[in-house]
Amino acid sequence: MKLFAELIRTLDSTNKTTLKVEALTRYFLEATDKDKVWAIAILSHRRPPRPVNTTLLRTWATEIANIPLWLFEESYHIVGDLAETIALIIPASDASSDKSLTQFLEEIIELKKLSDAEKKAYLHENWLELNYYERFVFSKLITGSFRIGVSQKLMTRALAKATNIDEDILAYKLMGNWEPSKISYTQLILEENEEDYLSKPYPFYLAYALENEAKDLGDVKDWSAEHKWDGIRSQVIVRNNELFVWSRGEELVTDKYPEFQEFINRVPNGTVMDGEILPFPDGAIGTFNDLQTRIGRKTVSKALLKKVPVILKVYDLLEWNGKDIRERPYRERRAFLKELVEGVDSSEAPLYLSESISFNSWEEVAAERERSREERSEGLMLKKLDSPYLVGRKKGDWWKWKVAPLTIDAVLTYAMRGHGRRSNLFTDYTFGLWDEEKNELVTFAKAYSGLTDAEFRKVDAWIKKNTLERFGPVRSVTPHYVFEIAFEGIAESKRHKSGVATRFPRILRWRQDKKIEDANSLEDLKSLIQ
Amino acid sequence: MNAPLLVFNDKGIYCEKAKVYLDPWKPVDHAIISHGHADHSRWGHKKYITHHSNVPIIRHRLDEIVVTGKEWNETFTINGVKFSLHPAGHIIGSSQIRVEYKGEVWVFTGDYKMEDDGVAVPYESVKCHSFITECTFGLPAFKWTPQDQVMTDVNNWWQQNREDGRTSVLFGYSLGKAQRLLKYLDPSIGKIYTHGAIENMTEVLRPQLKMPETIRITRDTKKDELKGSIVLAPPSAQGTPWIRKMVPFVTASASGWMTFRGARRRRAIDKGFVLSDHCDWQGLLEAIEGTGCEKVICTHGYTEIFSRFLREKGYDARTEETQYEGEIGELEAKSEMEKDVEPVEKTASSL
Repeated sequence: MKLFAELIRTLDSTNKTTLKVEALTRYFLEATDKDKVWAIAILSHRRPPRPVNTTLLRTWATEIANIPLWLFEESYHIVGDLAETIALIIPASDASSDKSLTQFLEEIIELKKLSDAEKKAYLHENWLELNYYERFVFSKLITGSFRIGVSQKLMTRALAKATNIDEDILAYKLMGNWEPSKISYTQLILEENEEDYLSKPYPFYLAYALENEAKDLGDVKDWSAEHKWDGIRSQVIVRNNELFVWSRGEELVTDKYPEFQEFINRVPNGTVMDGEILPFPDGAIGTFNDLQTRIGRKTVSKALLKKVPVILKVYDLLEWNGKDIRERPYRERRAFLKELVEGVDSSEAPLYLSESISFNSWEEVAAERERSREERSEGLMLKKLDSPYLVGRKKGDWWKWKVAPLTIDAVLTYAMRGHGRRSNLFTDYTFGLWDEEKNELVTFAKAYSGLTDAEFRKVDAWIKKNTLERFGPVRSVTPHYVFEIAFEGIAESKRHKSGVATRFPRILRWRQDKKIEDANSLEDLKSLIQ
Repeated sequence: MNAPLLVFNDKGIYCEKAKVYLDPWKPVDHAIISHGHADHSRWGHKKYITHHSNVPIIRHRLDEIVVTGKEWNETFTINGVKFSLHPAGHIIGSSQIRVEYKGEVWVFTGDYKMEDDGVAVPYESVKCHSFITECTFGLPAFKWTPQDQVMTDVNNWWQQNREDGRTSVLFGYSLGKAQRLLKYLDPSIGKIYTHGAIENMTEVLRPQLKMPETIRITRDTKKDELKGSIVLAPPSAQGTPWIRKMVPFVTASASGWMTFRGARRRRAIDKGFVLSDHCDWQGLLEAIEGTGCEKVICTHGYTEIFSRFLREKGYDARTEETQYEGEIGELEAKSEMEKDVEPVEKTASSL
């Protein structure tokens, strides 16, 4: 644990990527194999299930710190991270534990089975025996997500340096379902493993947003264009008569989409497709809001399956006849894919091709982009015909070319403190639009991003001086500032007070030139629904 | 019942009986000033009274002012009200202001800390009935590490950066924090450079405090000579073109706010040293207990939270709105930026 806590401390002491990679590389060279596996697991968000619920954690931490629970809660709102709050309020100790990272994790896994009294005794003992950084890491391991400014990409880069194994190959090895408690470092990193191969997806290739004019990409004949669908990006694997559906977040979601089970019978073994899961109510592509009803469910009822069935719209083929074809040019992969999809009757298994758009000029591509909302797409994807399927987010061969978002001017009504980097700053805002009949503001969206750090600081300072009421971490503020809010889609919703749900709302700009009377009304918003 | 000895109005903390303000934020006739930071000693008062070691500081900052310097514990009477200044331990010349009338005693802390930093005259507990205190760090999450240990860390950090061929840029407030850091930097590691704002203030304070030699960074300073040195700069220098001269550099900030990982990451600073000229949680509680007071008024910081905690402990505690900022200038790039966002009239609150 000392070494890992020291790693976290070092990562915390720099903002420079090179120094972070150096520290990680050093760790991968010095740590024991077992600890390395756990470190990789933690930094790729594979942590053991939380053994203690956070209410108990808070209560037990306040007992040691000898403060009332409300004071812990207030501190938590300000610090913005539960584990950090716990580590800070517990009395300081210079002690340090000799237990390894692996041993701590094994104990944490076992902890789940113990009684509350035993859990409490275990936590109290360890909290008091660890120094600040160890206590912070220990609490992080218990509370959950380990976001500390190190992306999986950065970790993989360091691992590649430490092992001399190619970064892309490592990225592939780290994909999918593996359990840190059951796998050895040799098995995970060093060996080729046939068994794992069965369920393993390929790293997704992610596109950047187009920065310049489309015509600057060169000869239009070198490019392919298709609509950018607004669903769940997924990889669907059929191997050895088994189906695996992976979301982009590397989550195995096979059970959530029973519609796809039929692929086992219609798609040959040794096939991996990249595509989008889309809602398909009444035989047409629905809104993301429709899909929301499916995403959260672990088991899907028959009624829901009927109401919101899903389809898979595929755009790429990564494995064909059991062979990794990612190096082959896009045009070839598409040809195989077309052949594959045409062989499947979509009324029997919901597999559709994401059609390539035909065009002769960039102007025609642009015209098709303007039609995106009619197609229920977010815009276009531009892909170079001779491009391989790359690993991760890369520039050059693939570009997202979204339609301009819908926008509306709304009034800031509530603010909440942010988390992590933005703790102690009011950065999470709620916006209202005018109900013209009642002459009051109705909440319609929350947004957390879109302002610069300097703007956030200004708005934060203003909020602190113009608070009307406090509700825990939330403050209502004097309606005064107008912001232009952008969003990708809009649909009617019974769950929202405004009667409307917006997709991915964010702040486009701070309209300091506008007064609250100039903000839009709910009617204006509703008129955007097609 | 008589009006309280001290009241909070739109100009500052006011003693009606003596017609004197303590640390007023708007121009007044008579002001008693706790210390030299900008939020406590503002421009435009007709007469200033402060501790004599603060006189050169506010003269430097405010230029032509009429100011009288007092000794610690020297009682001066204005219209029957007795005033005296007592060490607050915050920065050089920082005082608590004691006010007594007909046996009733109030103490206003200004900003203060409990630790003896070897720079400011250490905090002295003053018995009183009512204690007006700051609580910048009034949360149990704040717990200071002893200065020796922090300064050892700072010097080790500098040494390591020097070995890595980098310049160390250390941010700290020009008045107070910069001199405290400077006093304990180890000149055997390398040369110590200063930003102009810090050098000016340090020159003012050299007659009062022994500090290692410094070199002012000017237009003529060569990039090469900076390598491996440490540069002391005010927080506002971060992200400005000025700092490019130090490339390759590593940044650090010394502030109580560095307790929070988020505060450091938000400012994109590499390293945070938790070093404050204010009280931590335990320090505040000890200070309050030491005064033997019954009433506590919290002026700035986590006032609502801290006063609620005090009420639960049995104190008659409340919050008053002031315009003091505590260490906020060290938290955000520029506290001045708040000045262009004025509170709006709350007429729209009926919405």
